[in-house]
Amino acid sequence: MVVTDVSRPDPGSGSTMPVHRKRSRIPGWLRGVIWAVVAIAVLSTASYSTGVAALTSSNTAQTALRLALPILLCALGGLWAERAGVVNIGLEGMMILGTWGAAWGSYYGGVWAGLLAALVFGALGGLLHAVATVTFNVNHIVSGVAINLLGLGVTKYLANLVFEPLSGNPRQSPVVPKFDTYSASGLSDWLGDLEKEQRVGISDVAGILRGLVTEVAPLTMIAIILVPVSFWVLWRTRFGLRLRSCGENPVAAESLGVNVYRHKYIAMLISGAFAGMGGASLVLLRGGADYLENQTNGRGYIGLAAMIFGNWRPGGLLGGAALFGYADGLQLAGGGEAVLALLYGAVILVAVIVVVQLFRKQWIAAGLGVVGAGILYLIYWSNDTLPSDLIPYTAHFVTLIVLAVASQRLRPPKADGQPYRRGED
Amino acid sequence: MTSWRTKLLPPLLAIVFAVLLSAIALIISGADPLQAYGTMIGQMFKGSTAVDTVNLATVYYLSGLAVAIGFQMNLFNIGVEGQYRFAAVIAAIAGGALKLPPVIHTLAILVVAVVAGMAYAAVPAILKVTRGVSEVISTIMLNAIVAGIIAFLINADQFGVQTGNNIGTRVIEPSGRIPGIPLGSGTLFGFVFIAAIIGAAYWFMLNRTRFGFELKASGESTTAAAAGGVNAKKMTLIAMLLSGGVAGMVAMPELLGRDYTYGITATQMYGFTGIAVALLGRNHPGGIALGALLWAFLDSSAVSLEQINVSKEIATIMQGIIVLSVVVAYEIVRRADLAAEQRRVGRALAANGRKGASVAEGGAV
Repeated sequence: MVVTDVSRPDPGSGSTMPVHRKRSRIPGWLRGVIWAVVAIAVLSTASYSTGVAALTSSNTAQTALRLALPILLCALGGLWAERAGVVNIGLEGMMILGTWGAAWGSYYGGVWAGLLAALVFGALGGLLHAVATVTFNVNHIVSGVAINLLGLGVTKYLANLVFEPLSGNPRQSPVVPKFDTYSASGLSDWLGDLEKEQRVGISDVAGILRGLVTEVAPLTMIAIILVPVSFWVLWRTRFGLRLRSCGENPVAAESLGVNVYRHKYIAMLISGAFAGMGGASLVLLRGGADYLENQTNGRGYIGLAAMIFGNWRPGGLLGGAALFGYADGLQLAGGGEAVLALLYGAVILVAVIVVVQLFRKQWIAAGLGVVGAGILYLIYWSNDTLPSDLIPYTAHFVTLIVLAVASQRLRPPKADGQPYRRGED
Repeated sequence: MTSWRTKLLPPLLAIVFAVLLSAIALIISGADPLQAYGTMIGQMFKGSTAVDTVNLATVYYLSGLAVAIGFQMNLFNIGVEGQYRFAAVIAAIAGGALKLPPVIHTLAILVVAVVAGMAYAAVPAILKVTRGVSEVISTIMLNAIVAGIIAFLINADQFGVQTGNNIGTRVIEPSGRIPGIPLGSGTLFGFVFIAAIIGAAYWFMLNRTRFGFELKASGESTTAAAAGGVNAKKMTLIAMLLSGGVAGMVAMPELLGRDYTYGITATQMYGFTGIAVALLGRNHPGGIALGALLWAFLDSSAVSLEQINVSKEIATIMQGIIVLSVVVAYEIVRRADLAAEQRRVGRALAANGRKGASVAEGGAV
């Protein structure tokens, strides 16, 4: 729960309920693999039975990967902040700062300078959030909203000042260098051949894999590596344990000699830098635009949603980012027809879940699932395509539905969003 | 003595701080801050700027009230943005289609707007109460989705009417409009008075009714309120719906007083401004009015900066700084007051100690 618990836990909401730990025998990575297999199986079935190849084409996978990156990085930024007990709704503003920094640095010093500038600009936003929330105990949401305002204002101002003379347009930067891309060429060609054969299952897997190994930029690799690195630092090092203890029980942490303020500051700097890098991934990747006003378009918030969906865990948020990136990439690559086919996939997925719930004797959940699947199927069956005005918001709809269905077993850090003053209470 | 200090000092401090910081930004960009501020203030007295400022402030005021209702319950209704736009397009469509006598037509449009705002607020409210979904995330998603819904509804295939290059809803007949008051070279929205009434109703509800008390109580502490028999879930639902209802009226001053049609180009972001305005006004109806006026002044006079080759985004930066520094200033003043209180108590204790006052006389235990 991110918000209402700004100052105190809300016993009325389901999300703060104690977690039932009964299925912890399956290790997290295995669960991830199972979900990935289920997802691909569902998609390939849907692709086969609806005849829409875009569901599992390499083009979709590639677009999805590009679109998932900013969301993934923002979610990681959110993870670092919230694990240290700071709710960071300012990710969007930090990301906007990152887009400007990336374009500016890249124009004058090449892509790596752009990445560095994006990190620094994002971290500055994080620092401001830390000063407000940690030092001055400002409500975290309020500070976050102010940073989103400020990020937008500052970048508009800077773009006017710096980019307008260069590009003639205050809303846009001049063309900036982008990261070179690398392909695993032998593998990619082989997978491409497999994809063309249109064999059920194999071609789908090949298509998705090919999208993930073709024309990959170093920034993409760094971002993906940051997921296990974040896990390792936060859960396997002394520093990470201390940082998480600040998010769970700062008073106890302080009593054990942990400098809570310092850890929160460090976490916010890292959080902001990751969000800034998310901004850079919008600007510095091939296929994306140069700096453009409003180009983040709420991705910071979606990143936050991905993190909540992922239960404040790196593996989970990777799944969330993949889901939202895929929904976004699909509508871009395949349009309304593909989204409708996705709906068909959702029906299959719900059917699978219903079977699992029946197996577990959860009758009500299964019943609701049947009703939901029925409605979805009705929509699929009665339409040829969805209204084109609503298609761009596929990822947002998916976010809402996923949160509504999945949010009750989540456990946020215990002191998330609560003010902490050394020596008080 | 401390009361005026804790109430008025922080916003003043914040404005001074914002003016100073923006001056630094102006100097860096090679402009003269004094000239820039002078131009902004001078713009107030030119043409219809003053009336425009009040008109804009009316819109911000309604939006601020909508956010403030949520804040009272410790709910963060970022969704005002989506709710008012949804309500605006629905009300505009209904208003364009209806044929009713003058006053009833206007009332019908307002009712439709309020109900539509409530309906759009009901989605996050129900998701929160039944599923525990954070209203921040769900309303942000709904804010984004509303743009799609508007584009869909005012498409020529649905309810839209193409006029030149612009596409919008059918124009509302004069019977549904709210007449304005000609003032100088501008026209003051008639809705100003309705907004004032809504502000008064908000104050009354909060301070003079049992519901308002329960709302504030459950905002302060759900557990304590629950012990007093207040159902937190019910309060969450009602607060969100009320907030959405007021949000539904945000676009009405412009729709019924100036535009008479809702197009794809209608101004956005009023909902986010409402958050800032509510923060500035500390959720007090009078404070929100002042905050709305300040914000509207910055917005409407920023245009004049272009004349002296200063980027008008400086006003956005100033607004961001004001919001952040106003909350920081409140905290600083609160801490200063706390320290002063402690010193006073300490002094009183020391003095009493010397005189050897007994417990019965009010000395320390």
